[in-house]
Amino acid sequence: MTALFTIALRAIMRNKLRSSLTILGIVIGVGAVIVMISIGQGAKAFVEKQLESLGTNVLIIIPVSTTHAAARGTTGTITLTAEDTFALVKECNAVSYVSPGIRTTTQVVSGNMNWTTGVSGAGPDYQIIRNWPLKDGRFITQQDVNSMAKVCVLGQTVVTNLFGTLDPVDKWVRVKNIPFRVIGVLSAKGQSPTGQDQDDMVLMPYTTVQRKIMGVTHIGYALASSATAESRFEAIDQITSLLRQRHRLRPNEENDFSVISQVEFASAVMETSHTMSVLLGSIALVSLFVGGIGIMNIMLVSTTERTREIGIRMAVGARERDILFQFLIESTVLSSFGGIVGVIFGIFTSKLVSYYGGWPSLLSSLSIAVSFLFSNIIGIFFGYYPARKASRLNPIEALRYE
Amino acid sequence: MQDIIILKDVYKIYTMGEVEVAALNGVSLTIRKGEFVAIMGASGSGKSTLMNILGCLDSPTKGKYCLEGLEVSRFSKNELAEIRNKKLGFVFQSFNLLSRTTVIENIELPLIYRKRISKRDTDNIHQMIRILGLDGLQKHYPNQLSGGQQQRVAIARAIVNDPALLLADEPTGNLDSATSKDVMNVLSGLNHNRGITIVLVTHETDIAGYARRVIVLKDGKVLSDTPSQTFTTPLPQTPCETTP
Ligand SMILES: Nc1ncnc2c1ncn2[C@@H]1O[C@H](COP(=O)(O)OP(=O)(O)O)[C@@H](O)[C@H]1O
Ligand SMILES: [Mg+2]
Repeated sequence: MTALFTIALRAIMRNKLRSSLTILGIVIGVGAVIVMISIGQGAKAFVEKQLESLGTNVLIIIPVSTTHAAARGTTGTITLTAEDTFALVKECNAVSYVSPGIRTTTQVVSGNMNWTTGVSGAGPDYQIIRNWPLKDGRFITQQDVNSMAKVCVLGQTVVTNLFGTLDPVDKWVRVKNIPFRVIGVLSAKGQSPTGQDQDDMVLMPYTTVQRKIMGVTHIGYALASSATAESRFEAIDQITSLLRQRHRLRPNEENDFSVISQVEFASAVMETSHTMSVLLGSIALVSLFVGGIGIMNIMLVSTTERTREIGIRMAVGARERDILFQFLIESTVLSSFGGIVGVIFGIFTSKLVSYYGGWPSLLSSLSIAVSFLFSNIIGIFFGYYPARKASRLNPIEALRYE
Repeated sequence: MQDIIILKDVYKIYTMGEVEVAALNGVSLTIRKGEFVAIMGASGSGKSTLMNILGCLDSPTKGKYCLEGLEVSRFSKNELAEIRNKKLGFVFQSFNLLSRTTVIENIELPLIYRKRISKRDTDNIHQMIRILGLDGLQKHYPNQLSGGQQQRVAIARAIVNDPALLLADEPTGNLDSATSKDVMNVLSGLNHNRGITIVLVTHETDIAGYARRVIVLKDGKVLSDTPSQTFTTPLPQTPCETTP
């Protein structure tokens, strides 16, 4: 066996140009598979990370005016209340946390700096629902909510625009001429999948926003979270039936609210990126296949060219199996060498693509291992036919071959 | 002396479409260990076919071939390969060396297909190289050698496995007369000194003169079988007796 390896290696070395050209096909194939998979995986990971930043188990409940409500002349009446949200936590076992919300856009002033941003009301569980750690200070407490405390937590973008590099905790900002004490700063979260800057906002107790800033008693929406991403459907069902009951809707009446999951929205984006990576992967596989056919081609030419060599080897006692293995080893060595070079080439190229193309790429050792393994299989698969053909030669005819 | 080759009523029939060609048409002969036999005959008389069968490269269509007491005419392809590897050596008219492969690698070739290479085998290689005057040419390639040198390499390869039987199909066919003589002396020496049985095909009577027995074939049959000292012209009807 080691002798057959030596023979195969010598045959490869003897015809360097041809061997390199054969290898090139596999290099490109394996390289392409790695680049395509890593780009696909990178895009997927990017979308997944964004989804994660939204929270895969987060549900948004928004009040809507229905046609029936409009017919009854109740347009504009917003029926969702903070009490509804308390009931949700208490009575829906699939719902873990709820935070009532209300939002307005207004100017926030600090010293001689001002910044127009969204001011959102939130409950103490907001942080848990959004899975959003603080960078500094503390978050809104139940106490703050109960007392309609004039406190706020700032997003990173607001901090930058109002305070620059200074520490804003325990400083004051003014909204509608009311001073609010900064109690905390949220860590930076970046863009949402739709491209919004999630850090451009100010959080206050929802009661404070209702009474001190907007002068209303309803809430604009509520954020809820299910225990897991999977249980969100159950949570949606429970929320829907509880709210219908609380809002005394008859069976033929439409919901006066709607429950939206972030995941459903973002999974459309996921789907696209998945389709893309499957498509890219298949194109790459085709090129690997073409590389394999190249190997078969070269091996067929090579076995014909070396008919006399095969005859000589048979005359001195090579068995069919020896000849078969010799050529099989040759094609496998070619393809796995091509595989190694292809892996290096693929890693290098995907780094290059993500660096210059600004396209996220994720190299997984699995995709590398799989494509390398695949190159070996290609070598064996496409090398088998020529090798078998060589091994079945009649020694007398092979010796006579010119 | 021991019989190394026993052929009994051997036929080789090639079917070409509807026509059947009997390349060997009932050949029976016995060759003893240590003999040096020349096979002669017109072109197409079946010499190469006979050599192929003796060399276990081909099996007879009919009849029995025993080599050193083994009935090889019943062997499978793989078993024949093993016989070729262990018991036989070939020298061809066209040398049949592997190109772009060094002299030493060419000589070692039969040993690659052995399960084990013993120290005796490697010692043998060095001895072969010395006997055949190939010292210093080990790293050369066949295309850097003269015809005579190439045929010496081929001979070295043929005997590196210490064969019982050396088969040479027109080994001097591609050589000038001086080199032919040289190669024939080498073969004679191997027969004399090492007791290797040699069967050789040739067209030339002076080459056949190196052998001690001459078998003439005609139309796939043995026409005559005579000791070479008495060899002048083939007798028309020599009865050929084979030992049972
Ligand atoms: N593979 C083959 N197929 C068909 N006929 C063959 C084959 N090999 C040899 N023959 C025929 O067998 C006869 C003997 O051939 P061969 O043994 O090569 O003769 P020689 O070596 O004495 O010139 C010839 O008539 C030749 O045409
Ligand atoms: Mg012939």
